[in-house]
Amino acid sequence: METAPRPGRNVPPKKDKLQAKRKKPRRYWEEETAPTSAGASPGPPLKKKRNGEVRLQKPKNTRSSKKSRISKKPQVPKKPRERKKPEPQRSLSGAQDPFPGPAPVPVEVARKFCRIDKSIKLPRSKSKTRSKLEVAEAEEEETSVKAARSELLLAEEPGFLEGEDGEDTAKIRQADIVEAVDIASAAKHFDLNLRQFGPYRLNYSRTGRHLALGGRRGHVAALDWVTKKLMCEINVMEAVQDIRFLHSEVLLAVAQNRWLHIYDNQGIELHCVRRCDRVTRLEFLPYHFLLATASETGFLTYLDVSVGKIVAALNARAGRLSVMAQNPYNAVIHLGHSNGTVSLWSPAVKEPLAKILCHRGGVRAIAVDSTGTYMATSGLDHQLKIFDLRGTFQPLSARTLPQGAGHLAFSQRGLLAAGMGDVINIWAGQGKASSPSLEQAYLTHRLSGHVHGLQFCPFEDVLGVGHSGGITSMLVPGAAEPNFDALESNPYRSQKQRQEWEVKALLEKVPAELICLDPRALAEVDVISLEQEKKERIERLGYDPEAKVPFQPKPKQKGRSSTASLVKRKRKVMDKEHRDQVRQSIQQQKQKQEKAKPKGSRPSALDRFVR
Amino acid sequence: MKAIRAAEGLLTLSQQDELVDLPNYPLSASEDEGDSDGERKHEKLLEAINSLDGKNRYKLAERSEASLKVSEFNVSSEGSGEKLILADLLEPVKTSSSLATVKKQLNRVKSKKTLELPLNKEEVERIHREVAFNKTSQTLSKWDPIVLKNRQAEQLVFPLEKEQSAFVPIEHVFSGWKARTPLEHEIFNLLHKNKQPVTDPLLTPMEKASLKAMSLEEAKMRRAELQRARALQSYYEARARREKKIKSKKYHKIVKKGKAKKALKEFEQLRNINPTAALEELEKIEKARMMERMSLKHQNSGKWAKSKAIMAKYDLEARQAMQEQLAKNKELTQKLQVVSESEEEGNTEEEETLVPDVVNEVQMDANGPNPWMLRSCNPDAKEEEKPMDSEHLPEPVAHQFSESEEDERPVAEEETLLKEFEERRALRKRSEFSQDAEPMGSRETQDSSSQEVLSEVRALAQRLNKGNLQSRKQRVTSTGTVLQVQREEPAPEEEEPLLLQRPERVQTLEKLEKLGKEECSQKKELPRPILQREWTERNPNNQPDASKGKKKEQMINLQNLLTTKTPSVKSLEVPTIEELEDEEAKVQKQMIKEAFAGDDVIRDFLKEKREAVEANKPKDVDLTLPGWGEWGGLGLKPSAKKRRRFLIKAPEGPPRKDKNLPNVIINEKRNIHAAAHQVRVLPYPFTHHQQFERTIQTPIGSTWNTQRAFQKLTTPKVVTKPGHIIKPIKAEDVGYRSSSRSDISVIQSNQKRLSGHHKKQLKKSSTD
Repeated sequence: METAPRPGRNVPPKKDKLQAKRKKPRRYWEEETAPTSAGASPGPPLKKKRNGEVRLQKPKNTRSSKKSRISKKPQVPKKPRERKKPEPQRSLSGAQDPFPGPAPVPVEVARKFCRIDKSIKLPRSKSKTRSKLEVAEAEEEETSVKAARSELLLAEEPGFLEGEDGEDTAKIRQADIVEAVDIASAAKHFDLNLRQFGPYRLNYSRTGRHLALGGRRGHVAALDWVTKKLMCEINVMEAVQDIRFLHSEVLLAVAQNRWLHIYDNQGIELHCVRRCDRVTRLEFLPYHFLLATASETGFLTYLDVSVGKIVAALNARAGRLSVMAQNPYNAVIHLGHSNGTVSLWSPAVKEPLAKILCHRGGVRAIAVDSTGTYMATSGLDHQLKIFDLRGTFQPLSARTLPQGAGHLAFSQRGLLAAGMGDVINIWAGQGKASSPSLEQAYLTHRLSGHVHGLQFCPFEDVLGVGHSGGITSMLVPGAAEPNFDALESNPYRSQKQRQEWEVKALLEKVPAELICLDPRALAEVDVISLEQEKKERIERLGYDPEAKVPFQPKPKQKGRSSTASLVKRKRKVMDKEHRDQVRQSIQQQKQKQEKAKPKGSRPSALDRFVR
Repeated sequence: MKAIRAAEGLLTLSQQDELVDLPNYPLSASEDEGDSDGERKHEKLLEAINSLDGKNRYKLAERSEASLKVSEFNVSSEGSGEKLILADLLEPVKTSSSLATVKKQLNRVKSKKTLELPLNKEEVERIHREVAFNKTSQTLSKWDPIVLKNRQAEQLVFPLEKEQSAFVPIEHVFSGWKARTPLEHEIFNLLHKNKQPVTDPLLTPMEKASLKAMSLEEAKMRRAELQRARALQSYYEARARREKKIKSKKYHKIVKKGKAKKALKEFEQLRNINPTAALEELEKIEKARMMERMSLKHQNSGKWAKSKAIMAKYDLEARQAMQEQLAKNKELTQKLQVVSESEEEGNTEEEETLVPDVVNEVQMDANGPNPWMLRSCNPDAKEEEKPMDSEHLPEPVAHQFSESEEDERPVAEEETLLKEFEERRALRKRSEFSQDAEPMGSRETQDSSSQEVLSEVRALAQRLNKGNLQSRKQRVTSTGTVLQVQREEPAPEEEEPLLLQRPERVQTLEKLEKLGKEECSQKKELPRPILQREWTERNPNNQPDASKGKKKEQMINLQNLLTTKTPSVKSLEVPTIEELEDEEAKVQKQMIKEAFAGDDVIRDFLKEKREAVEANKPKDVDLTLPGWGEWGGLGLKPSAKKRRRFLIKAPEGPPRKDKNLPNVIINEKRNIHAAAHQVRVLPYPFTHHQQFERTIQTPIGSTWNTQRAFQKLTTPKVVTKPGHIIKPIKAEDVGYRSSSRSDISVIQSNQKRLSGHHKKQLKKSSTD
């Protein structure tokens, strides 16, 4: 699914409404008694410096307190106010508006929301068509300007970690960060010491509020990790391969040794899906309500959780499947194989959409970033590579790691985490849409056991790591998207809101067969069937209704319209067309000859005897 | 003389009169006859004298007496000297009413015509139809813009009831309004305190009036000014036209001379006042001299000059003209000696050092500083030196670079130098493009002159190269030598851009093109470090590789791709365990190698890809019938010729998407399930699918748009009010007044709507 930034909806609407009911609306002239509600910001501001600059997501309004501490990030005003020509627009009092007209919108921001590729040249169009096109273009511009204008409402800024000159941020330890940040953020760093039930897999819910963990020896638990409230804790008495939340935190899919089980947040088993057996990895496609399971038997199975039907079971023909990742941009499933290839799958097609040879050894881990632009893979050849997924599938950067990465994860803002043995490495790029540079690590962390599961928490600067010694939640400044879309995934939603959202999400469910490599291709005309239909129509009618009408000379006056002259004129046009055709065919022949020449050697006289 | 003649004329006249009079008045015999006779004579005399000025000489005599010949049938207009018209006769009649009927009758007679035959029925009908059609089409055509507007409108609201917006001045709205809330009170108090105009905030009437007056005055002044300008322009135009029409050569010569004199005078003045401007002027003159030297306009080669030369033997004037022309030529081609002697000398000296020896030899005898202008005199010599030249030339150029830099170094800084180099580069490019273009601009400063010399050298070299095919190689070698020379010399750092540019110039055109293509393709594809490296290696002149390279660019070496040299930066804070495990890792590597010794991943993948490509290719259809037209049976195959003849080749499909991607297999099969959701019919006004795609590219859902934008994008095309009758559109609805009646009704309805108060206002405004 394509997820565009949807500005203007990051404020929880229900909350405001409730407030409005209770209180009398406060006016601007009234004294400001209380600071604006901090409810919208996921984490309270934190800023204390020891080794470096540490900032988790923080609301804008606190910035003024310690301006000197804020790093040298160029503070460009978001909307440069250009004064338009000072038109004497008088109000009733005679005062003039110093900034007449609508506020100007920076072009770059508006361009971000433009979808029409104007570089493609269209064939000549009639005036009627042209007017329609113009209308479409004007609409696009208007909407993009509106979207750009509402970017102002994205009040939160991403956090970051910046070393003092020459200091390597990778040397900053978690303890330092925890010491530097405020209490609320420091509480997000914790370790769960669970040595009893083996290495853990973990999964955050889509809102980033809930955490599910499954130990190899059957320990399954779900908790609200922010408040540390345990929802359920059970032992399934079977090996747990993987665990995943379904569309909301209420349902929980657990891949157990034999079958796939679904539990609710009370720990009650709801379903046992026997058609998915020996599942090793789980992925959930939230917009399609599909649970993708990769099994030891080599099958990739799609289960529609809204209706409980298996949509597709695809045989990957590549042995045991144990590496899987989803592309959040187009909901394509990436599978890693032991022959060094990564295959891309859609439930609508029986064969892989694409196969990429990534490594000389087998593929150990895959991760795809949130924009669907980059794919990180690590293989048995100890290499970590970043591939471009926009059509070319070429490696952008590669790096040999001393000990190959067994687990990879991308954060919302494009940070890449790799788990190698008991060490976590995190790389960062410049900005959101850039690939992480593998030159220098952004953060490193050592755990008490070997890594078994990795995931960045959505909307929180937190990386959850499941390992043999339990669960570690570590702080990674700048990992998550600071502004959340409350209608999409609201970490603070109530039960009622969740139910509402569930209904809406179900109504907007995307059919499984629409999953393809380029989701924008769906907005194109199906040219092949269009032409097919055209051909059929011509066959049916016996003539081409859209064909060019043969030239008919217009009658002329003053005696020049004699039959002979009419015929002459007709002949003239016909001859011209014929000449053009001949010219074209000659050109084509020439081209063909040129192509053919270098291929074959000289024709030999003995060729005629070849049978 | 005239007087005598007139007198004679008089005499004869008087005699004639007597002769004429005699038969006229035979019966009139009275006492005062002689008197009257005398009077008449006197009158005649006066008349004759009057007619002396030559105007009324032939005026007929007026009849002053009733004659016998008067009759009602034969009216003569002897006296008046004009033709008699019917209207003249009737005029006096007009007053008398009794003759009105006669006049009417006469008029009727005059106007009466014969009736034409009536048209036949069909034609009449056709005409009727035409007229009716025109009328109706005219009446209907006024709806066209409305129809168009409604068709293109984003939203139509029915019933079409337009509220006639009554324009009420703001003061009247305000007069009925009072401040009620305390806030409003406060605001108005503030306003009153500051004496802000509350009702009409713009201007007081006085101010308005004054403004108006001012504007009118200004307008008048402006108009007058414009009129004057126009008049002047027309005068000038007329004058110019007149002067242009003058064909006199002498006149033009004079004018030209006058102009030249004037220019000279002005120049003298300028020299006194503003020397720099004078210098510029001088340059112009210099330019004219150059033009003259090039064009040979005033040498005896023109058509006119040749004809004059023929005539010169016999005609002194022609000889003179010829000499004049020659003098003019001399004058124009003469060098102006303005620059001081010392400077000139320095210049020439420098030139000697700057310019190659070959040129200098020629230059010695010429007084002009530009030796290249003289190359046309001895083309033969040049031709001989050709081979030597091409090898010889670049060296001095390089030499010159260093020299010129040495000269300027104390003064100029690096930046200026860089700029100069850029200029030089630009110059060179220009010379490449238009080799034949002569450097027209005069040289202002010393270094610019050197630049020109440079460009000339280059142009020459290129021309030489073009001359013979072999020269291409020579060029390479020559440039090669240049490179060597320059490397040997301790070249200053500033020369680097130039040095770097050299090898590019070496390449032939085709190669350049290819380079461009390559770059394009590289840009198109996403960064591919290995390829680039390869290309850069291939780049410096290795022509034999070029053809191979083209083939190679398709397939990147997979081996390379998978074994990329990664940056071996050990910035990673390597955990202690790993350092300890160094040996262990080695062991592990060994194990991996052993484990995967058998399967070559790459070969397998390539094989798979080949199979996929083969499977996806369109298959040819073989229609050969074995045994048809030849022997058939076991072990016998139809001949290759026949097979070729009956093989229907499948059309080549579009190129595969992964054609240039060695490590990727992209499935080319269509996703039929997704295609079912795609649009497969083009809606009406679109003729090409791209056009339609463009209109559906922007998402309209609220997921992708702001609320406002979403609402705007999803507004219904037609909005109707429930419970209201939608009447057909009327002229009044869109502001037309179809007929006078409806017009009235519109006004009436308007009047109804307006309150009495507003009516008064309207009246007031109308009176104003």
